[in-house]
Amino acid sequence: MDKPKLYKSKLQEDPYTLLRELSKARIALGNTGGSQSLKNVLQFQLDHAKARDAIYNEFEIKKIESDLKNLGLEIFKFKSKAKNREEYLKRPDLGKLLAETQIKNASGFDIIFTIVDGLSPEATLQSPKIIEALLPKLKEKYSIAISIVTNGRVAIGDEIAEKLNGKFTATFIGERPGLSSPKSLGIYTTYKPKSGTTDEKRNCISNIHSDGMSVTDAANLLEYLINESFSKKISGVSLKSDLKNHKIDHA
Amino acid sequence: MDYKFSINNLTYNFKDLKDLLAKASPHRSGDVLAGVAAKDNKERVAAQYVLSDVPLKDFLANPIIPYAEDEVTRLIMDDHNMEAFYPISAFSVGELRDWLLSYDATPKILKEISPGLTPEMVAAVSKLMRNQDLIKVAQKCEVITKFRNTLGLKDRFSVRLQPNNPVDDPKAIAASTIDGLLYGCGDAVIGINPATDSPNAVSELLKLLDDFRQQYQIPTQTCILSHITTTMEIIEKAPVDLIFQSIGGTQKANESFGINLNMLQEAYESGLQLNRGSIGNNIMYFETGQGSELSANAHHGIDQQTCEVRTYAVARKYHPLLVNTVVGFIGPEYLYDGKQITRAALEDHFCGKLMGLPMGCDVCYTNHAEADQDDMDALLTLLGVAGCNYIMGVPGADDVMLNYQSTSFHDAMYLRKVLNKRPAPEFETWLLKMGIFDEHGNRQRLTKSHKLISNG
Repeated sequence: MDKPKLYKSKLQEDPYTLLRELSKARIALGNTGGSQSLKNVLQFQLDHAKARDAIYNEFEIKKIESDLKNLGLEIFKFKSKAKNREEYLKRPDLGKLLAETQIKNASGFDIIFTIVDGLSPEATLQSPKIIEALLPKLKEKYSIAISIVTNGRVAIGDEIAEKLNGKFTATFIGERPGLSSPKSLGIYTTYKPKSGTTDEKRNCISNIHSDGMSVTDAANLLEYLINESFSKKISGVSLKSDLKNHKIDHA
Repeated sequence: MDYKFSINNLTYNFKDLKDLLAKASPHRSGDVLAGVAAKDNKERVAAQYVLSDVPLKDFLANPIIPYAEDEVTRLIMDDHNMEAFYPISAFSVGELRDWLLSYDATPKILKEISPGLTPEMVAAVSKLMRNQDLIKVAQKCEVITKFRNTLGLKDRFSVRLQPNNPVDDPKAIAASTIDGLLYGCGDAVIGINPATDSPNAVSELLKLLDDFRQQYQIPTQTCILSHITTTMEIIEKAPVDLIFQSIGGTQKANESFGINLNMLQEAYESGLQLNRGSIGNNIMYFETGQGSELSANAHHGIDQQTCEVRTYAVARKYHPLLVNTVVGFIGPEYLYDGKQITRAALEDHFCGKLMGLPMGCDVCYTNHAEADQDDMDALLTLLGVAGCNYIMGVPGADDVMLNYQSTSFHDAMYLRKVLNKRPAPEFETWLLKMGIFDEHGNRQRLTKSHKLISNG
């Protein structure tokens, strides 16, 4: 009698894997009976796991504070009205509002840098580096303070700046994690911020992460936005076209 | 009319139809965020009891946004077909639900009464239906549309090939397109969400896709999903097959998208002049999704699902080739988890189909939603059973431009296999001719010398 045959699990490869060099998209994955190979499924699950965990990772306020310690800036700490992560996700309106706070002796500042956990707390660990890179160029001209907010959305930076009598705010916030970029930081700037400021009054620098915009480029762009906003006394859509030109020059 | 219901000693009162619809809606985070949801489960069921007794005629007498205030209401009222409505005019919402599930409600009859249904009637009845009811009735509604191929046939299932790239890089787009075609995707449309919505950039992408389609004689249509004003700017110079636009269910929501009904009408009429379709002239492509009205602060206190169905009244006026609800894209503040996304997708698909639309669905989620690939597998399968016209085909389900997870080319292969569905007939013939599929719909083993690979 013949020996029973051993089955082999053989994937159908796609004979165009070279195309992968042209794109970050998940192409030429091959298949088994039309379905994805386990290798690809697990890679996807891992990327998704990283993105999911990024949302729930601890906001390391102490680390941020210690990274900022040497800069000698006053630091204020706040919480939004969203009590926990679940409420934060379900109620973006609460993430835009400050929980009851007592602000003591805010003498007024030119610039408030607000660091907000957003949807990726770990991404905000890049913020001190950006502030540190900028500071030498700014501190002659402007008075500066820092605030750190838990469970916040972009708009909360405006309310804080208003409470602290700030003329300009740059809000550093963890962006919604993508499969390929779980730790991406965004910076939103407003001139004359007050609560209720809407998006068209803001400028945005996004995609700051290891495979995206570098910390140095982000610091340069932010410096440009700060100087432009103070000299033109505006922020938002009207600054936008200049920003594009600046980007091109810089590149 | 008095809308109230008692459970034990507790009487629940509902202010008006709008309030009743919102409170009868199955639970979802967006209605809580808007402050219109039932405050607990008992109140929701009380609302459903009351809603089941509301005569359909009441919806004609009581528009949920006043006629004078909103052009979508005016469209709904002015286009309502009393003749088509007559056979169902004696029904309450609950009776309509029972009748829709009955053997009497045949596909042919459902098509006949469709113009007699207002979106609010359809939204109302969907709120009284369980998921299996939504699937069963939707499956009876066959909506067929044509441009260069035939979409929506019962034993067929189509895919929009979505080769997005964050910087609109032509080579990367071509690579994803080739990959998708080689997995049998692209019969619904090859459609790109452009990174830059400028007339020049969009024209170049249109040309890229159109040249590609002609080179390989692919019986399908292409589309760059630019704003309708951008498309109108280039419509005479660039190869525009389909006119795309995101739409909403209130005038204010549409204003937030930068459009109104006049603009849609004008674009529709210009598009018809082009005559680019070889076998049909359905030229519009609309995207929708629950929550867009609330997100634009344009919801008038109406629940998000009812707003969504009002959007379908806008869509049906222009006989679109494709409509899809981008169900999980909007985020957890509107649809929190896999359960809510699934329910919403089945509602949207059912409501759209009953209103005569060629519904597809972007089965999708973002990373901050409580959902994963298992939820998408289940939803995809349910939609396939419900007779959904098409889904998206994104390389590896990972859209590197829009940063969300949709369905993959492999997902389409799976669905066609387990439900024994085939691509659009003209496209299927092409796949066979090109040696991509065999006669069982299985992927052929390809070599480097394959035309699509060697030329690429």
